[in-house]
Amino acid sequence: MNSIKSKAVLVIVAVLSANAAWAQSEGGSSGYGTYFIYGLIAVSVLVFFMIILQVADNLMVIEAKQSGVASTGANFSIFPNWKELFAPRLPEYLRGKPLTALRRGHNINLEGEAELVLDATAGAKTFAMQPFNFTGISPIPKLLVEVGDEVKAGDHLFFDKKRPEILYVAPVSGEVIAINRGAKRSITEIVILADKEIKYRELKGFDLDGGTREGLVQYLLDAGVWPLIRQRPYDIVAEHDVVPRDIFISTFDTAPLAPNLNFVIQGQEEAFQKGLDVLNKLTDGKVYLGLDGRGKEKPHAAFTEAKGVETHYFHGKHPAGNVGVQIHHTKPISAGDKVWTLGVQDVATIGRIFTEKRFNAERVVALVGAELKQAKYVRTFLGANIGDLINDNLANDHVRLISGDVLSGKKKTADEFLNIFDDQVTVVLEGDDFELFGWLLPSLNTPSISPTLPSTLFPNLKKRAETNTHGEKRAFVVTGNYESVLPMDVYPQELMKSILVGDFEKVEGLGIYELSEEDVALCEFVCVSKQPVQQILRQGLEMMREQG
Amino acid sequence: MKKALLNFLHRIEPDKEKHPLLHTVYDGFFTFAFTPNLVTKGGVHIRDGMDLKRLMVQVVLALQVLYLFGTYNIGHQHFVALGEYTGFLQGVHLKLVYGLIQIIPLIIVAHVVGLGIEFFYAYKKGHGIEEGFLVSGALIPLIMPPDIPLWILALSVAFAVWIGKEAFGGTGMNVLNIALLARVFVFFAYPTYISGDEVWVAGLSSLAPGAAADYGWIHLSVFNPLFEALNLPGYNPASAVVDGYTGATPLSLAFHSGWEHVTEVYTDAQMWWGTIPGSIGETSKPLIILGALYLAITKIADWRIMFSAVVGAAFMAVLLNAWGATPFMEVPWYYQFYMGSFWFAIAFMATDPVTASATPSGKWIYGFLIGFVGMIIRVLNPAYPEGWMLAILFMNVFAPLIDYYVVQANINRRLKRAKVAA
Repeated sequence: MNSIKSKAVLVIVAVLSANAAWAQSEGGSSGYGTYFIYGLIAVSVLVFFMIILQVADNLMVIEAKQSGVASTGANFSIFPNWKELFAPRLPEYLRGKPLTALRRGHNINLEGEAELVLDATAGAKTFAMQPFNFTGISPIPKLLVEVGDEVKAGDHLFFDKKRPEILYVAPVSGEVIAINRGAKRSITEIVILADKEIKYRELKGFDLDGGTREGLVQYLLDAGVWPLIRQRPYDIVAEHDVVPRDIFISTFDTAPLAPNLNFVIQGQEEAFQKGLDVLNKLTDGKVYLGLDGRGKEKPHAAFTEAKGVETHYFHGKHPAGNVGVQIHHTKPISAGDKVWTLGVQDVATIGRIFTEKRFNAERVVALVGAELKQAKYVRTFLGANIGDLINDNLANDHVRLISGDVLSGKKKTADEFLNIFDDQVTVVLEGDDFELFGWLLPSLNTPSISPTLPSTLFPNLKKRAETNTHGEKRAFVVTGNYESVLPMDVYPQELMKSILVGDFEKVEGLGIYELSEEDVALCEFVCVSKQPVQQILRQGLEMMREQG
Repeated sequence: MKKALLNFLHRIEPDKEKHPLLHTVYDGFFTFAFTPNLVTKGGVHIRDGMDLKRLMVQVVLALQVLYLFGTYNIGHQHFVALGEYTGFLQGVHLKLVYGLIQIIPLIIVAHVVGLGIEFFYAYKKGHGIEEGFLVSGALIPLIMPPDIPLWILALSVAFAVWIGKEAFGGTGMNVLNIALLARVFVFFAYPTYISGDEVWVAGLSSLAPGAAADYGWIHLSVFNPLFEALNLPGYNPASAVVDGYTGATPLSLAFHSGWEHVTEVYTDAQMWWGTIPGSIGETSKPLIILGALYLAITKIADWRIMFSAVVGAAFMAVLLNAWGATPFMEVPWYYQFYMGSFWFAIAFMATDPVTASATPSGKWIYGFLIGFVGMIIRVLNPAYPEGWMLAILFMNVFAPLIDYYVVQANINRRLKRAKVAA
């Protein structure tokens, strides 16, 4: 505190003395020209004085760095730096912690946030593994089961012909009742009718301290948790023969109506820590944990007290909780880097194959949205049937069911299943109605970043989400909107245009490896021209992946 | 009510196969009345309430005060030249009606020609009618002299929309600002209609003292009887231009004989508030700044461009003051902002997102250079004392180059980071 005060005094003295110099130089002037000359002299005196001050100050900072005292990251300049002046007011638990404050972004405030109650009874009856959830897998994987087979949770279901080592397993025990196919005979769902009491395939266990990395990889592959690890760039299933540079986990979700992971982790603390220990063995780098630094709620002790990891706090609006944004601000992905990312519950699942010695893919899923009678959390397993989860909870039947959040989730029918990486079902109103002069009327219910809509004046007002596009698709017109919601050093609009014209070098140079769909979802939301930004990005990622 | 209207509109919908052109036009008007019932498909499930229609209409709204003032000022300047009703609020009905008679045909012609070409191309290419011309159509009448012949206006709009926009692929694809392109077309093809001292005041046969006012049948046989019935004074066809009146704009005076001469003819307040001759919308600085603030606060126009353009212009004006080789250069730098179309140009033309720089740092450079180059053209160009139109078109062409370097810097930053890490 003291150092800040003394700095302020020094700065004020500097300004005052500069004023004195200016006042002196003004004497005895007449006419506009002389004013101008004297003004110039005053300015140059001021500039000269500031240069001397700046040079001296820099020398001091360099001195501090060379002597080694600057390693703490403290500010040794006499000028208060930007962060000190404008840093957000932080609660006690964030003091002195590594914190990145992100200024750009946007929170979409919607009605229908889940109450913090966990309904353990509302179980789904059917579950499914959906091969297309795993980006990069071939559309027709090799099946290891047939319709009518009885499987246990953790039994192998299929593998990708391109990578036969990676095995995909059943999330629950029961009878395989259907294998659904989509376009060109691709396999969309392997549906299992769950037993009342889940039976597990016994795993033989693995000695984490004594075993080799290779042995560990083999154990994870066999146990079926490998597909839960995702690899960037491209956001694909992790390659088993790759040692990742680092592993990143975000422990908070800032997406609209996203589940509160502090609540979700309750009861899974031990498994989560075990999972982190496992991940530490898989990388030569570090395991990074991104923590909620928004200051509203202290993160759960399982996150703050996690051992063997680097924790880093992030303050800001959505997408501050996206792992892609966190990677960008901790240790960005450059060409050639490969990093892994996981969800919090996926880490716990990995932990449980050590603590329980079985593939226990329990999931706490948030049912959210204004069209539900009660928005709440339910305990179920991976790939639960959405209709079973929603059951008779719907308050309105003209709705859209979404696996995931409203920005990057997927539209589902009641017969379909939760996607593998989603821990949220959102129910929103289907907005297929004409609106008279909709482009002119000020609407309070329409979320927007534009101050031309009055909803922007009340950022805390919760809106009832609906799916109308509020306009037709157009060519790119507006500039600067995408940048205003993406807190990364990336030019999204330039990147999208480069993808559309297929300019490989520029696409790579503009940082496509650092992005996945969820990171640019807000750009798509704010797009005035209603462009499909996420789809364009995926097209670019596929283009780059084919190039190798 | 809404349902009845919807049903009616659905009933009169032309067949898409049989009458494609008619259907395109119908679709344009239908989407104007009703936001379509489109829902999101793939990607995000909810969308921001902002679309291109809402965006464009905000600009048009910001221009409305200028239309109001510009219309009145056409009448006001006309009567000042005749030496009648020289107070701003004298003869309100005469000035307003006179202005409306002048400006309404301009608005109609600009929209009929521009929208006609837009509709035709929308039908040809088979897409919906895009909103780009909403703004161009509102801007073009404001940057024309009040007496511009309608056929010249029609030609210039056709040139701008056709060659400037549709040839490049339509809304969002143009390289040059459409409204300025229309103006620059007149400027080079018919220079006598848009430059010199004679063109800025409407309705005079010439500016020579004693020249008669030029009233048409609409003034004399429609409105004069009406005013007579209302017991108001009417238009007097015997009025003539008063002695000593020149019609010259402040810029033209400053250009020829310096600031001293300007102050002999116009007061500071007159120039600032805009009761001077000029293009229709450009004269009133406070109202333009009001519109600019509205656009900046609603984030429709980028404040960076406006701000750095002011800085750039001031910087160059100060440099010119220091040089001071001609009377025009010696005009105090802050008075440069009292004259000409600077404010209008940077508020509504320079900030066009399609033709401006796309990157945030690019916008600073782009705006600064517009101010800088525009002031050079205004003061140093020997033929014509104004420069914003040419400066903005010039920088439109350079905007992609600025963006190229900004984007390249981002790419290099990323490469450097990879090298440091490796």
